[in-house]
Amino acid sequence: MKRQTLDLWVGLFVALGIVATAFLSLQVANITTLGGGPVYTVYGEFENVGGLKVRAPVKSAGVTVGRVSDIRYDGDLHKAVVAVALDTNYQFSTDSSMSILTSGILGEQYIGIQGGSDTEMLQEDDVIWLTSSALVLENMIGQFLFSKAAEESDSGSTKQE
Amino acid sequence: MKSLSSVIAGFLRGLGAPVSGALIGLGQITRFLFALLAASGTCLRRPGLVVREMYFIGVLSLVIILVSALFVGMVLGLQMYETLQRFGSGDVVGMVVALALVRELGPVLAALLIASRAGSALTAEIGLMRATEQLSAMEMMAIQPLSRVVAPRFWAGFLSVPLLTSVFNVVGIYGSYLVAVEGLGVDAGTFWSQMQNAVDFRIDVVNGIIKSFFFGAAIMLIAVYQGYQAAPTAAGVAMATTQTVVRSALVILGMDFMLTAFMFTGLGS
Repeated sequence: MKRQTLDLWVGLFVALGIVATAFLSLQVANITTLGGGPVYTVYGEFENVGGLKVRAPVKSAGVTVGRVSDIRYDGDLHKAVVAVALDTNYQFSTDSSMSILTSGILGEQYIGIQGGSDTEMLQEDDVIWLTSSALVLENMIGQFLFSKAAEESDSGSTKQE
Repeated sequence: MKSLSSVIAGFLRGLGAPVSGALIGLGQITRFLFALLAASGTCLRRPGLVVREMYFIGVLSLVIILVSALFVGMVLGLQMYETLQRFGSGDVVGMVVALALVRELGPVLAALLIASRAGSALTAEIGLMRATEQLSAMEMMAIQPLSRVVAPRFWAGFLSVPLLTSVFNVVGIYGSYLVAVEGLGVDAGTFWSQMQNAVDFRIDVVNGIIKSFFFGAAIMLIAVYQGYQAAPTAAGVAMATTQTVVRSALVILGMDFMLTAFMFTGLGS
């Protein structure tokens, strides 16, 4: 086979491979929104993080503004400390609140941030104090049964009178 | 007094031919790898040699890669959709297929296909060169067969496997897109956005490509080694070719488990 034809085919093959890799990075993995933009980290303390995972999205008004970068247990506070990497394009006031919410059919958990009214903005390594934990189904059922039982004993005692 | 090393060697021989034979084979292939790396300078001086082999290993494997990937992707899309639909979450089919392909199926299946399509051909080619004394003739002309014949094939294969794997992944995902979106009516936007949310570039895509580099090196090393040391007879070449495919398949699958355990464990927390 002529050398030029050979080069042409191999060139085509290599180009195809590179285009495929680019497609994987841009279309499949969406490197554009996930990758390396500048972030700042803030922390939140939760009683219970439920099924929250590292890399779970952080959303405000439904828009992804960052990702969970670390989840640790703090033995002194007896709380879970969640580190959140927020995109520097998005600024939140110091009195913002964080809550763990559930989305989708598979029950993927994410963090919702609700902005506050303070004029001071969150800086690197700040802590968000207003947090609400994940809803744990067992606890909810327990509370429901407990309140139901309390109601019934109340109404039972009023009848006896 | 016997030295410690001779005691250990005696013990290993005492375990029988299968064990000592396997260890000797492992030692020989390691020695072969270093000889190959030492002889690889020619590839840089004469890149034409590598390009020529990339045509035979890479370009000519494209057809089987494209067709298999399309069908693998289509079948994955179909099966996943059927199962996920029972839980009312048929929409995530794109994410499941993309993760399965990029992390595991793409690198492994592409490597298996290349081992059978190109690895066996390499072994047969080099084995026949040995059997027909072409390699000896080269040595007579003061040409190192290792640097002129073996090294270009090894490097060409090493570079081709990741490229073919990427092509395999993309075509597989396109196959599942055809089935899920065009065939079963999943929304195209949901298909891609679910995928983009779940597939991480560094963890999934890059690790998949790293895997395929390992597989490429393993397949090509086995193929050229088997060809180079094949018995110079028709039966010897036949056996070496069979051994290439069998060993490549076993090494790929075993290595895949180890690489996966190394790369992907501890990510779920």
